[in-house]
Amino acid sequence: MSEKITLSNVHKTFGTKKVLRGVNLSVDEGQSLVVIGGSGSGKSVMLKSILGLLHPEQGSIKIDGTETVGLARNQRQEIDAQMGMLFQNGALFDSLPVWRNVAFQAIQNQGFSEADARDQAVDSLALVGLGPELLDLYPASLSGGMHKRVGLARAIACKPKIIFFDEPTTGLDPIMTDVINHLIRDCVQELGATTLTITHDMTSVRAIADKTALLYKGEIIWHGNAEELAASDDPFLLQFVNGLAEGPIEVEGQQISAAGEGQ
Amino acid sequence: MSFSPASEAAITVFGLTNKRPPIGQTGKHLTAFATIGRFFIGFFAQVGQLSLFIAETGKAIVRGPFYFRMIGQQIIRIGYLSLPVVALTSFFTGGALAIQIYYGGNQFNSETIVSTIVALGITRELGPVFGGLMLAGRVSAAIAAEIGTMRVTEQIDALTTLSTDPFKYLIAPRVIAATLCMPVLALVADIIGVFGGFVVSTQSFGFNAAIYVQSTVNFLSFDDISSGLIKALMFGFIIATMGCYNGYYSKGGAQGVGRATTNAVVTASILILAANYLMTSLLFSA
Ligand SMILES: Nc1ncnc2c1ncn2[C@@H]1O[C@H](COP(=O)(O)OP(=O)(O)O)[C@@H](O)[C@H]1O
Ligand SMILES: [Mg+2]
Repeated sequence: MSEKITLSNVHKTFGTKKVLRGVNLSVDEGQSLVVIGGSGSGKSVMLKSILGLLHPEQGSIKIDGTETVGLARNQRQEIDAQMGMLFQNGALFDSLPVWRNVAFQAIQNQGFSEADARDQAVDSLALVGLGPELLDLYPASLSGGMHKRVGLARAIACKPKIIFFDEPTTGLDPIMTDVINHLIRDCVQELGATTLTITHDMTSVRAIADKTALLYKGEIIWHGNAEELAASDDPFLLQFVNGLAEGPIEVEGQQISAAGEGQ
Repeated sequence: MSFSPASEAAITVFGLTNKRPPIGQTGKHLTAFATIGRFFIGFFAQVGQLSLFIAETGKAIVRGPFYFRMIGQQIIRIGYLSLPVVALTSFFTGGALAIQIYYGGNQFNSETIVSTIVALGITRELGPVFGGLMLAGRVSAAIAAEIGTMRVTEQIDALTTLSTDPFKYLIAPRVIAATLCMPVLALVADIIGVFGGFVVSTQSFGFNAAIYVQSTVNFLSFDDISSGLIKALMFGFIIATMGCYNGYYSKGGAQGVGRATTNAVVTASILILAANYLMTSLLFSA
Protein backbone atom coordinates (compact mmCIF):
# COMPACT_ATOMS: atom_id res chain seq x y z
CA MET A 1 0.00 0.00 0.00
CA SER A 2 1.27 3.46 -0.85
CA GLU A 3 0.98 6.50 1.35
CA LYS A 4 -1.81 8.74 0.16
CA ILE A 5 -1.35 11.55 2.70
CA THR A 6 1.86 12.24 4.57
CA LEU A 7 2.37 14.98 7.13
CA SER A 8 5.84 15.59 8.49
CA ASN A 9 6.71 18.02 11.22
CA VAL A 10 3.76 20.35 10.47
CA HIS A 11 3.68 23.54 12.53
CA LYS A 12 0.84 26.07 12.61
CA THR A 13 0.75 29.12 14.84
CA PHE A 14 -1.92 31.82 15.20
CA GLY A 15 -0.36 35.00 16.51
CA THR A 16 1.49 33.67 19.52
CA LYS A 17 -0.65 30.57 19.92
CA LYS A 18 1.07 27.39 18.78
CA VAL A 19 -1.66 25.04 17.63
CA LEU A 20 0.26 22.41 15.67
CA ARG A 21 3.77 21.69 16.95
CA GLY A 22 5.25 19.14 14.61
CA VAL A 23 2.50 16.77 13.48
CA ASN A 24 3.70 13.55 11.87
CA LEU A 25 1.04 11.37 10.34
CA SER A 26 0.43 9.22 7.30
CA VAL A 27 -2.60 7.56 5.75
CA ASP A 28 -2.28 4.66 3.33
CA GLU A 29 -4.35 4.44 0.21
CA GLY A 30 -7.82 3.02 0.85
CA GLN A 31 -7.35 3.25 4.59
CA SER A 32 -9.62 4.87 7.16
CA LEU A 33 -7.66 6.87 9.70
CA VAL A 34 -9.44 8.38 12.68
CA VAL A 35 -7.82 11.20 14.62
CA ILE A 36 -9.07 11.68 18.15
CA GLY A 37 -8.27 14.47 20.55
CA GLY A 38 -9.91 16.95 22.90
CA SER A 39 -11.72 20.10 21.79
CA GLY A 40 -9.29 22.79 20.77
CA SER A 41 -6.41 20.38 20.31
CA GLY A 42 -5.99 21.47 16.70
CA LYS A 43 -7.80 18.69 14.85
CA SER A 44 -9.72 21.00 12.54
CA VAL A 45 -6.62 23.12 11.99
CA MET A 46 -4.78 20.00 10.89
CA LEU A 47 -7.51 19.10 8.39
CA LYS A 48 -7.66 22.63 7.03
CA SER A 49 -3.91 22.59 6.58
CA ILE A 50 -4.16 19.43 4.49
CA LEU A 51 -6.95 21.01 2.45
CA GLY A 52 -4.82 24.10 1.86
CA LEU A 53 -7.29 26.37 3.66
CA LEU A 54 -4.63 27.21 6.25
CA HIS A 55 -0.95 27.54 5.53
CA PRO A 56 1.46 25.87 7.97
CA GLU A 57 4.60 27.90 8.50
CA GLN A 58 6.82 24.84 8.72
CA GLY A 59 6.76 21.20 7.68
CA SER A 60 5.58 19.16 4.74
CA ILE A 61 2.20 17.83 3.62
CA LYS A 62 2.34 15.42 0.71
CA ILE A 63 -0.65 14.09 -1.17
CA ASP A 64 0.12 11.23 -3.54
CA GLY A 65 3.74 12.16 -3.04
CA THR A 66 3.24 15.78 -4.18
CA GLU A 67 4.31 18.49 -1.78
CA THR A 68 1.37 20.84 -1.18
CA VAL A 69 2.74 23.29 1.37
CA GLY A 70 3.45 26.55 -0.39
CA LEU A 71 1.29 25.74 -3.42
CA ALA A 72 -1.12 28.51 -4.43
CA ARG A 73 -4.74 27.58 -5.00
CA ASN A 74 -4.44 27.48 -8.78
CA GLN A 75 -1.40 25.19 -8.54
CA ARG A 76 -3.27 22.53 -6.63
CA GLN A 77 -6.49 22.23 -8.59
CA GLU A 78 -5.83 18.61 -9.54
CA ILE A 79 -5.19 17.73 -5.92
CA ASP A 80 -8.29 19.61 -4.75
CA ALA A 81 -10.42 17.87 -7.35
CA GLN A 82 -9.85 14.49 -5.70
CA MET A 83 -10.68 15.64 -2.17
CA GLY A 84 -14.05 15.94 -0.46
CA MET A 85 -14.75 17.43 2.93
CA LEU A 86 -17.57 17.23 5.43
CA PHE A 87 -17.27 20.28 7.65
CA GLN A 88 -17.84 20.23 11.38
CA ASN A 89 -21.12 22.14 11.11
CA GLY A 90 -22.03 21.02 7.64
CA ALA A 91 -21.23 24.38 6.05
CA LEU A 92 -24.09 24.01 3.59
CA PHE A 93 -24.69 27.11 1.45
CA ASP A 94 -27.82 28.50 3.03
CA SER A 95 -28.69 30.61 0.00
CA LEU A 96 -29.07 27.49 -2.12
CA PRO A 97 -31.61 24.66 -1.97
CA VAL A 98 -30.42 21.19 -1.04
CA TRP A 99 -30.04 19.95 -4.59
CA ARG A 100 -27.88 22.89 -5.63
CA ASN A 101 -25.72 22.27 -2.59
CA VAL A 102 -25.25 18.61 -3.36
CA ALA A 103 -24.67 19.15 -7.08
CA PHE A 104 -22.57 22.27 -6.56
CA GLN A 105 -19.41 20.95 -8.23
CA ALA A 106 -21.35 19.39 -11.06
CA ILE A 107 -23.03 22.70 -11.85
CA GLN A 108 -20.11 25.06 -11.29
CA ASN A 109 -17.14 23.10 -12.52
CA GLN A 110 -18.27 20.17 -14.59
CA GLY A 111 -20.76 21.90 -16.85
CA PHE A 112 -23.71 19.67 -15.99
CA SER A 113 -27.07 20.85 -17.21
CA GLU A 114 -29.55 21.70 -14.45
CA ALA A 115 -31.53 18.52 -15.12
CA ASP A 116 -28.45 16.27 -15.02
CA ALA A 117 -27.19 18.00 -11.89
CA ARG A 118 -30.53 17.40 -10.23
CA ASP A 119 -30.34 13.74 -11.14
CA GLN A 120 -26.86 13.57 -9.67
CA ALA A 121 -28.18 15.18 -6.49
CA VAL A 122 -30.90 12.53 -6.27
CA ASP A 123 -28.28 9.77 -6.60
CA SER A 124 -25.95 11.31 -4.02
CA LEU A 125 -28.79 11.82 -1.55
CA ALA A 126 -29.85 8.21 -2.06
CA LEU A 127 -26.32 7.13 -1.09
CA VAL A 128 -26.81 8.75 2.31
CA GLY A 129 -30.30 7.39 2.65
CA LEU A 130 -32.27 10.54 1.82
CA GLY A 131 -35.17 10.75 -0.58
CA PRO A 132 -35.86 13.27 -3.37
CA GLU A 133 -38.47 15.10 -1.28
CA LEU A 134 -35.59 17.10 0.25
CA LEU A 135 -34.30 18.49 -3.03
CA ASP A 136 -36.00 21.86 -2.91
CA LEU A 137 -35.74 22.52 0.82
CA TYR A 138 -33.29 25.11 2.11
CA PRO A 139 -30.61 24.11 4.64
CA ALA A 140 -32.17 26.29 7.36
CA SER A 141 -35.19 23.98 7.48
CA LEU A 142 -33.18 20.78 7.99
CA SER A 143 -32.58 19.09 11.34
CA GLY A 144 -29.04 18.54 12.60
CA GLY A 145 -28.89 14.95 11.39
CA MET A 146 -30.28 15.84 7.96
CA HIS A 147 -27.82 18.70 7.73
CA LYS A 148 -24.91 16.34 8.32
CA ARG A 149 -26.25 13.85 5.83
CA VAL A 150 -26.74 16.44 3.11
CA GLY A 151 -23.20 17.67 3.84
CA LEU A 152 -22.03 14.10 3.48
CA ALA A 153 -23.89 13.76 0.18
CA ARG A 154 -22.19 16.94 -1.07
CA ALA A 155 -18.78 15.70 0.04
CA ILE A 156 -19.08 12.43 -1.86
CA ALA A 157 -21.05 13.71 -4.87
CA CYS A 158 -17.99 13.91 -7.10
CA LYS A 159 -16.62 10.54 -6.01
CA PRO A 160 -13.48 11.93 -4.42
CA LYS A 161 -10.46 9.69 -3.76
CA ILE A 162 -9.79 11.30 -0.38
CA ILE A 163 -12.56 12.28 2.00
CA PHE A 164 -12.25 14.22 5.24
CA PHE A 165 -14.88 14.11 7.95
CA ASP A 166 -14.69 16.72 10.68
CA GLU A 167 -16.66 15.47 13.69
CA PRO A 168 -19.36 13.80 11.59
CA THR A 169 -21.37 12.61 14.60
CA THR A 170 -20.93 15.40 17.15
CA GLY A 171 -24.23 16.71 18.40
CA LEU A 172 -26.30 13.82 17.06
CA ASP A 173 -28.36 11.33 19.00
CA PRO A 174 -26.94 7.79 19.36
CA ILE A 175 -29.13 6.31 16.65
CA MET A 176 -28.25 8.98 14.12
CA THR A 177 -24.62 8.58 15.15
CA ASP A 178 -24.80 4.94 14.23
CA VAL A 179 -26.50 5.76 10.93
CA ILE A 180 -23.77 8.25 10.01
CA ASN A 181 -21.00 5.84 11.02
CA HIS A 182 -22.47 3.18 8.77
CA LEU A 183 -22.89 5.65 5.95
CA ILE A 184 -19.25 6.62 6.20
CA ARG A 185 -18.17 3.00 6.27
CA ASP A 186 -20.37 2.15 3.27
CA CYS A 187 -19.47 5.20 1.24
CA VAL A 188 -15.83 4.53 1.74
CA GLN A 189 -16.14 0.93 0.67
CA GLU A 190 -18.28 1.85 -2.30
CA LEU A 191 -15.93 4.57 -3.50
CA GLY A 192 -12.71 2.88 -2.41
CA ALA A 193 -11.66 6.17 -0.91
CA THR A 194 -8.97 7.07 1.57
CA THR A 195 -10.49 8.81 4.56
CA LEU A 196 -9.39 10.89 7.49
CA THR A 197 -12.02 11.34 10.17
CA ILE A 198 -11.87 13.55 13.20
CA THR A 199 -13.95 12.71 16.20
CA HIS A 200 -14.01 12.55 19.94
CA ASP A 201 -16.63 9.86 19.89
CA MET A 202 -15.21 6.41 20.69
CA THR A 203 -18.15 4.56 19.12
CA SER A 204 -17.23 6.21 15.82
CA VAL A 205 -13.65 5.12 16.27
CA ARG A 206 -14.71 1.51 16.75
CA ALA A 207 -17.10 1.68 13.81
CA ILE A 208 -14.92 3.24 11.15
CA ALA A 209 -11.23 3.23 12.07
CA ASP A 210 -8.61 1.06 10.38
CA LYS A 211 -6.08 3.07 12.29
CA THR A 212 -6.39 5.60 15.09
CA ALA A 213 -4.16 8.51 16.07
CA LEU A 214 -4.34 10.69 19.17
CA LEU A 215 -3.60 14.40 18.78
CA TYR A 216 -2.60 16.17 21.98
CA LYS A 217 -1.04 19.61 22.37
CA GLY A 218 -0.35 19.86 18.66
CA GLU A 219 1.40 16.53 18.26
CA ILE A 220 0.38 12.97 17.43
CA ILE A 221 1.31 11.22 20.66
CA TRP A 222 -0.06 7.77 19.86
CA HIS A 223 -1.16 5.84 16.77
CA GLY A 224 -2.03 2.26 16.01
CA ASN A 225 -4.65 -0.14 14.63
CA ALA A 226 -7.73 -1.49 16.39
CA GLU A 227 -5.94 -4.30 18.26
CA GLU A 228 -3.20 -1.97 19.38
CA LEU A 229 -5.84 0.49 20.53
CA ALA A 230 -7.56 -2.21 22.59
CA ALA A 231 -4.31 -3.47 24.05
CA SER A 232 -2.61 -0.14 24.67
CA ASP A 233 -1.74 0.96 28.16
CA ASP A 234 -0.69 4.46 27.11
CA PRO A 235 -1.98 6.66 29.95
CA PHE A 236 -3.04 9.51 27.65
CA LEU A 237 -4.90 7.17 25.35
CA LEU A 238 -6.56 5.32 28.23
CA GLN A 239 -7.77 8.56 29.75
CA PHE A 240 -9.25 9.68 26.45
CA VAL A 241 -10.78 6.34 25.51
CA ASN A 242 -12.37 5.91 28.93
CA GLY A 243 -13.40 9.54 29.20
CA LEU A 244 -11.83 10.27 32.56
CA ALA A 245 -11.37 13.71 34.05
CA GLU A 246 -8.38 12.46 36.04
CA GLY A 247 -5.19 11.69 34.19
CA PRO A 248 -2.20 13.17 32.43
CA ILE A 249 -4.23 15.16 29.87
CA GLU A 250 -4.62 18.83 30.72
CA VAL A 251 -8.22 19.84 30.15
CA GLU A 252 -8.46 22.87 27.89
CA GLY A 253 -10.87 24.93 29.97
CA GLN A 254 -8.66 24.62 33.04
CA GLN A 255 -5.66 25.71 31.04
CA ILE A 256 -7.50 28.75 29.74
CA SER A 257 -8.78 29.89 33.12
CA ALA A 258 -5.29 29.42 34.57
CA ALA A 259 -3.93 31.68 31.80
CA GLY A 260 -6.76 34.14 32.47
CA GLU A 261 -7.86 34.52 28.87
CA GLY A 262 -11.17 32.69 28.78
CA GLN A 263 -13.19 33.19 25.63
CA MET B 1 -7.18 32.87 -1.47
CA SER B 2 -3.82 32.66 -3.20
CA PHE B 3 -2.56 35.69 -1.32
CA SER B 4 -3.39 34.16 2.02
CA PRO B 5 0.19 33.69 3.25
CA ALA B 6 0.84 37.41 2.79
CA SER B 7 -2.38 38.52 4.36
CA GLU B 8 -1.98 36.05 7.18
CA ALA B 9 1.37 37.66 7.85
CA ALA B 10 -0.42 40.99 7.91
CA ILE B 11 -2.99 39.62 10.31
CA THR B 12 -0.26 38.19 12.47
CA VAL B 13 1.41 41.59 12.61
CA PHE B 14 -1.92 43.16 13.40
CA GLY B 15 -2.69 40.51 15.98
CA LEU B 16 0.64 40.98 17.71
CA THR B 17 0.18 44.71 17.79
CA ASN B 18 -2.87 44.26 19.95
CA LYS B 19 -0.89 42.59 22.69
CA ARG B 20 -0.02 45.32 25.15
CA PRO B 21 3.05 44.96 27.28
CA PRO B 22 2.44 45.07 31.03
CA ILE B 23 2.16 48.74 31.94
CA GLY B 24 4.61 48.63 34.81
CA GLN B 25 7.44 47.64 32.50
CA THR B 26 7.33 50.62 30.18
CA GLY B 27 7.42 54.29 31.04
CA LYS B 28 4.46 56.52 30.24
CA HIS B 29 6.17 58.02 27.19
CA LEU B 30 7.07 54.63 25.84
CA THR B 31 3.48 53.49 26.28
CA ALA B 32 2.32 56.48 24.28
CA PHE B 33 4.83 55.74 21.53
CA ALA B 34 3.89 52.11 21.56
CA THR B 35 0.22 53.01 21.22
CA ILE B 36 0.88 55.31 18.29
CA GLY B 37 3.20 52.75 16.75
CA ARG B 38 0.64 50.00 17.14
CA PHE B 39 -1.99 52.20 15.55
CA PHE B 40 0.14 52.89 12.47
CA ILE B 41 1.33 49.31 12.10
CA GLY B 42 -2.28 48.17 12.36
CA PHE B 43 -3.40 50.85 9.92
CA PHE B 44 -0.80 49.97 7.30
CA ALA B 45 -1.42 46.26 7.75
CA GLN B 46 -5.10 46.93 7.00
CA VAL B 47 -4.27 49.10 3.99
CA GLY B 48 -1.95 46.40 2.68
CA GLN B 49 -4.53 43.69 3.21
CA LEU B 50 -7.19 45.80 1.49
CA SER B 51 -4.88 46.46 -1.47
CA LEU B 52 -4.24 42.76 -1.90
CA PHE B 53 -7.95 42.13 -1.61
CA ILE B 54 -8.73 44.67 -4.33
CA ALA B 55 -5.98 43.26 -6.57
CA GLU B 56 -7.38 39.77 -6.15
CA THR B 57 -10.89 41.05 -6.88
CA GLY B 58 -9.61 42.82 -9.99
CA LYS B 59 -7.98 39.61 -11.20
CA ALA B 60 -11.22 37.70 -10.65
CA ILE B 61 -13.20 40.33 -12.57
CA VAL B 62 -10.80 40.42 -15.51
CA ARG B 63 -10.12 36.71 -15.87
CA GLY B 64 -13.47 35.10 -15.22
CA PRO B 65 -15.09 32.61 -15.33
CA PHE B 66 -18.16 34.80 -14.87
CA TYR B 67 -21.04 33.52 -12.84
CA PHE B 68 -23.81 35.24 -14.76
CA ARG B 69 -26.52 33.80 -12.56
CA MET B 70 -24.85 35.36 -9.53
CA ILE B 71 -24.31 38.69 -11.26
CA GLY B 72 -27.96 38.79 -12.30
CA GLN B 73 -29.09 37.96 -8.77
CA GLN B 74 -26.94 40.75 -7.36
CA ILE B 75 -28.16 43.29 -9.92
CA ILE B 76 -31.68 42.63 -8.72
CA ARG B 77 -30.73 42.82 -5.04
CA ILE B 78 -28.37 45.76 -5.23
CA GLY B 79 -29.89 47.75 -8.06
CA TYR B 80 -33.53 47.00 -8.50
CA LEU B 81 -34.45 46.62 -4.84
CA SER B 82 -32.63 49.87 -3.97
CA LEU B 83 -34.78 51.93 -6.32
CA PRO B 84 -37.43 52.93 -3.74
CA VAL B 85 -34.85 54.00 -1.16
CA VAL B 86 -32.89 56.06 -3.65
CA ALA B 87 -36.02 57.57 -5.20
CA LEU B 88 -37.46 58.68 -1.85
CA THR B 89 -34.13 60.07 -0.62
CA SER B 90 -33.68 62.02 -3.78
CA PHE B 91 -37.23 63.35 -3.95
CA PHE B 92 -37.08 64.83 -0.46
CA THR B 93 -33.58 66.17 -1.00
CA GLY B 94 -34.67 67.99 -4.17
CA GLY B 95 -37.67 69.41 -2.35
CA ALA B 96 -35.68 70.61 0.66
CA LEU B 97 -33.05 72.13 -1.61
CA ALA B 98 -35.69 74.11 -3.47
CA ILE B 99 -37.06 75.51 -0.21
CA GLN B 100 -33.60 76.54 1.01
CA ILE B 101 -32.73 78.29 -2.21
CA TYR B 102 -36.08 80.03 -2.44
CA TYR B 103 -35.95 81.48 1.09
CA GLY B 104 -32.18 81.86 1.13
CA GLY B 105 -32.08 83.85 -2.08
CA ASN B 106 -34.00 87.11 -2.02
CA GLN B 107 -36.82 85.60 -4.05
CA PHE B 108 -35.82 87.78 -6.96
CA ASN B 109 -35.92 86.09 -10.32
CA SER B 110 -36.23 82.90 -8.32
CA GLU B 111 -37.85 80.76 -11.01
CA THR B 112 -34.56 80.41 -12.87
CA ILE B 113 -32.33 80.49 -9.79
CA VAL B 114 -34.16 77.74 -7.91
CA SER B 115 -34.45 75.49 -10.94
CA THR B 116 -30.82 75.76 -11.96
CA ILE B 117 -29.36 75.37 -8.49
CA VAL B 118 -31.58 72.40 -7.72
CA ALA B 119 -30.56 70.78 -11.00
CA LEU B 120 -26.86 71.43 -10.46
CA GLY B 121 -26.88 70.43 -6.80
CA ILE B 122 -28.73 67.23 -7.44
CA THR B 123 -26.88 66.02 -10.52
CA ARG B 124 -23.39 67.00 -9.48
CA GLU B 125 -23.42 66.25 -5.76
CA LEU B 126 -26.51 65.29 -3.87
CA GLY B 127 -27.95 62.64 -6.17
CA PRO B 128 -24.85 60.46 -6.33
CA VAL B 129 -23.65 61.19 -2.77
CA PHE B 130 -26.96 60.63 -0.98
CA GLY B 131 -27.70 57.67 -3.21
CA GLY B 132 -24.26 56.29 -2.40
CA LEU B 133 -24.70 56.83 1.33
CA MET B 134 -28.10 55.14 1.31
CA LEU B 135 -26.59 52.18 -0.52
CA ALA B 136 -23.67 52.10 1.90
CA GLY B 137 -26.28 51.50 4.59
CA ARG B 138 -28.44 49.16 2.64
CA VAL B 139 -26.03 47.22 0.45
CA SER B 140 -22.62 47.29 2.21
CA ALA B 141 -24.25 46.10 5.39
CA ALA B 142 -26.13 43.30 3.67
CA ILE B 143 -23.04 42.13 1.79
CA ALA B 144 -20.85 42.22 4.89
CA ALA B 145 -23.42 40.33 6.94
CA GLU B 146 -23.92 37.68 4.28
CA ILE B 147 -20.26 37.08 3.45
CA GLY B 148 -19.29 37.40 7.12
CA THR B 149 -21.80 34.71 8.05
CA MET B 150 -20.48 32.53 5.25
CA ARG B 151 -16.99 33.03 6.66
CA VAL B 152 -17.78 32.14 10.27
CA THR B 153 -19.94 29.16 9.30
CA GLU B 154 -17.12 27.84 7.08
CA GLN B 155 -19.18 28.22 3.90
CA ILE B 156 -16.27 30.08 2.28
CA ASP B 157 -13.93 27.23 3.16
CA ALA B 158 -16.49 24.84 1.75
CA LEU B 159 -16.56 26.82 -1.51
CA THR B 160 -12.82 26.51 -1.80
CA THR B 161 -12.86 22.77 -1.19
CA LEU B 162 -15.51 22.50 -3.92
CA SER B 163 -12.93 23.99 -6.30
CA THR B 164 -14.70 27.32 -6.54
CA ASP B 165 -12.81 30.57 -6.03
CA PRO B 166 -14.76 32.76 -3.58
CA PHE B 167 -13.40 35.86 -5.31
CA LYS B 168 -14.95 34.77 -8.57
CA TYR B 169 -18.13 33.28 -7.17
CA LEU B 170 -18.97 35.67 -4.32
CA ILE B 171 -17.00 38.88 -4.57
CA ALA B 172 -16.67 39.65 -8.29
CA PRO B 173 -20.44 39.39 -8.95
CA ARG B 174 -21.22 41.81 -6.12
CA VAL B 175 -18.58 44.32 -7.14
CA ILE B 176 -19.59 44.13 -10.81
CA ALA B 177 -23.29 44.49 -9.98
CA ALA B 178 -22.83 47.42 -7.59
CA THR B 179 -20.48 49.26 -9.95
CA LEU B 180 -22.91 48.88 -12.84
CA CYS B 181 -26.05 49.65 -10.85
CA MET B 182 -24.91 52.72 -8.96
CA PRO B 183 -24.74 55.04 -12.03
CA VAL B 184 -28.20 53.92 -13.07
CA LEU B 185 -29.48 54.57 -9.57
CA ALA B 186 -27.76 57.96 -9.62
CA LEU B 187 -29.52 58.81 -12.88
CA VAL B 188 -32.82 57.87 -11.30
CA ALA B 189 -31.88 60.00 -8.30
CA ASP B 190 -31.11 62.93 -10.63
CA ILE B 191 -34.46 62.75 -12.35
CA ILE B 192 -36.49 62.29 -9.19
CA GLY B 193 -34.49 64.88 -7.26
CA VAL B 194 -35.09 67.49 -9.93
CA PHE B 195 -38.71 66.45 -9.96
CA GLY B 196 -38.85 66.93 -6.17
CA GLY B 197 -37.61 70.48 -6.58
CA PHE B 198 -40.14 71.01 -9.33
CA VAL B 199 -43.05 69.77 -7.24
CA VAL B 200 -42.18 72.00 -4.29
CA SER B 201 -41.58 75.03 -6.50
CA THR B 202 -44.77 74.72 -8.47
CA GLN B 203 -46.98 73.67 -5.55
CA SER B 204 -45.63 75.83 -2.71
CA PHE B 205 -44.13 78.82 -4.45
CA GLY B 206 -46.53 78.98 -7.35
CA PHE B 207 -43.81 78.87 -9.98
CA ASN B 208 -44.74 78.48 -13.59
CA ALA B 209 -44.15 74.88 -14.49
CA ALA B 210 -43.17 75.51 -18.10
CA ILE B 211 -40.61 78.17 -17.21
CA TYR B 212 -39.14 75.96 -14.47
CA VAL B 213 -38.68 73.03 -16.81
CA GLN B 214 -37.39 75.25 -19.57
CA SER B 215 -34.70 76.84 -17.43
CA THR B 216 -33.64 73.46 -16.02
CA VAL B 217 -33.23 72.02 -19.49
CA ASN B 218 -31.47 75.13 -20.78
CA PHE B 219 -29.00 75.34 -17.99
CA LEU B 220 -28.12 71.73 -17.33
CA SER B 221 -25.25 70.43 -19.44
CA PHE B 222 -24.22 66.90 -20.25
CA ASP B 223 -21.10 67.33 -18.12
CA ASP B 224 -23.15 68.03 -15.00
CA ILE B 225 -24.91 64.73 -15.33
CA SER B 226 -21.94 62.67 -16.50
CA SER B 227 -19.71 63.92 -13.68
CA GLY B 228 -22.28 62.65 -11.19
CA LEU B 229 -22.51 59.32 -12.94
CA ILE B 230 -18.74 58.87 -12.94
CA LYS B 231 -18.77 59.53 -9.23
CA ALA B 232 -21.56 57.00 -8.80
CA LEU B 233 -19.51 54.36 -10.61
CA MET B 234 -16.75 54.86 -8.07
CA PHE B 235 -19.22 54.83 -5.16
CA GLY B 236 -20.69 51.54 -6.37
CA PHE B 237 -17.26 50.00 -6.38
CA ILE B 238 -16.53 51.33 -2.87
CA ILE B 239 -19.85 50.08 -1.49
CA ALA B 240 -19.45 46.50 -2.71
CA THR B 241 -15.75 46.31 -1.97
CA MET B 242 -16.08 47.48 1.63
CA GLY B 243 -18.96 45.10 2.23
CA CYS B 244 -17.06 42.15 0.76
CA TYR B 245 -13.75 43.03 2.41
CA ASN B 246 -15.15 43.39 5.90
CA GLY B 247 -17.28 40.28 5.53
CA TYR B 248 -14.47 38.20 4.08
CA TYR B 249 -12.14 38.88 7.00
CA SER B 250 -14.73 38.71 9.76
CA LYS B 251 -14.09 36.27 12.56
CA GLY B 252 -15.42 35.41 15.97
CA GLY B 253 -19.00 34.29 15.45
CA ALA B 254 -22.10 36.46 15.48
CA GLN B 255 -20.33 39.31 17.25
CA GLY B 256 -17.62 39.35 14.60
CA VAL B 257 -20.21 39.52 11.84
CA GLY B 258 -21.89 42.43 13.62
CA ARG B 259 -18.57 44.23 13.83
CA ALA B 260 -17.88 43.55 10.15
CA THR B 261 -21.28 44.97 9.22
CA THR B 262 -20.74 48.16 11.21
CA ASN B 263 -17.24 48.58 9.80
CA ALA B 264 -18.50 48.07 6.27
CA VAL B 265 -21.08 50.84 6.59
CA VAL B 266 -18.73 53.26 8.33
CA THR B 267 -15.78 52.73 6.02
CA ALA B 268 -17.93 52.78 2.88
CA SER B 269 -19.62 56.04 3.96
CA ILE B 270 -16.36 57.78 4.80
CA LEU B 271 -14.67 56.60 1.62
CA ILE B 272 -17.65 57.79 -0.43
CA LEU B 273 -17.45 61.27 1.07
CA ALA B 274 -13.67 61.39 0.68
CA ALA B 275 -13.80 60.09 -2.88
CA ASN B 276 -16.54 62.60 -3.66
CA TYR B 277 -14.38 65.46 -2.44
CA LEU B 278 -11.41 64.20 -4.46
CA MET B 279 -13.40 63.72 -7.62
CA THR B 280 -15.18 67.03 -7.28
CA SER B 281 -11.85 68.80 -7.02
CA LEU B 282 -10.48 66.84 -9.99
CA LEU B 283 -13.53 67.16 -12.22
CA PHE B 284 -14.32 70.79 -11.53
CA SER B 285 -10.97 72.44 -10.98
CA ALA B 286 -9.84 71.99 -14.57
N1 LIG C 1 -8.38 30.93 12.11
C1 LIG C 1 -7.95 30.88 13.39
N2 LIG C 1 -7.40 31.96 13.98
C2 LIG C 1 -6.96 31.92 15.24
N3 LIG C 1 -7.02 30.84 16.03
C3 LIG C 1 -7.54 29.72 15.52
C4 LIG C 1 -8.05 29.68 14.17
N4 LIG C 1 -8.51 28.44 13.93
C5 LIG C 1 -8.33 27.74 15.07
N5 LIG C 1 -7.74 28.50 16.02
C6 LIG C 1 -7.38 28.05 17.37
O1 LIG C 1 -6.69 26.84 17.27
C7 LIG C 1 -7.08 25.95 18.30
C8 LIG C 1 -7.47 24.63 17.72
O2 LIG C 1 -8.68 24.77 17.02
P1 LIG C 1 -9.40 23.57 16.29
O3 LIG C 1 -8.45 22.90 15.36
O4 LIG C 1 -10.63 24.12 15.67
O5 LIG C 1 -9.77 22.61 17.48
P2 LIG C 1 -10.49 21.19 17.42
O6 LIG C 1 -9.44 20.20 17.77
O7 LIG C 1 -11.57 21.24 18.44
O8 LIG C 1 -11.02 21.02 16.03
C9 LIG C 1 -8.21 26.63 19.05
O9 LIG C 1 -7.70 27.07 20.28
C10 LIG C 1 -8.61 27.78 18.20
O10 LIG C 1 -8.94 28.88 18.99
MG1 LIG D 1 -12.86 21.08 15.24
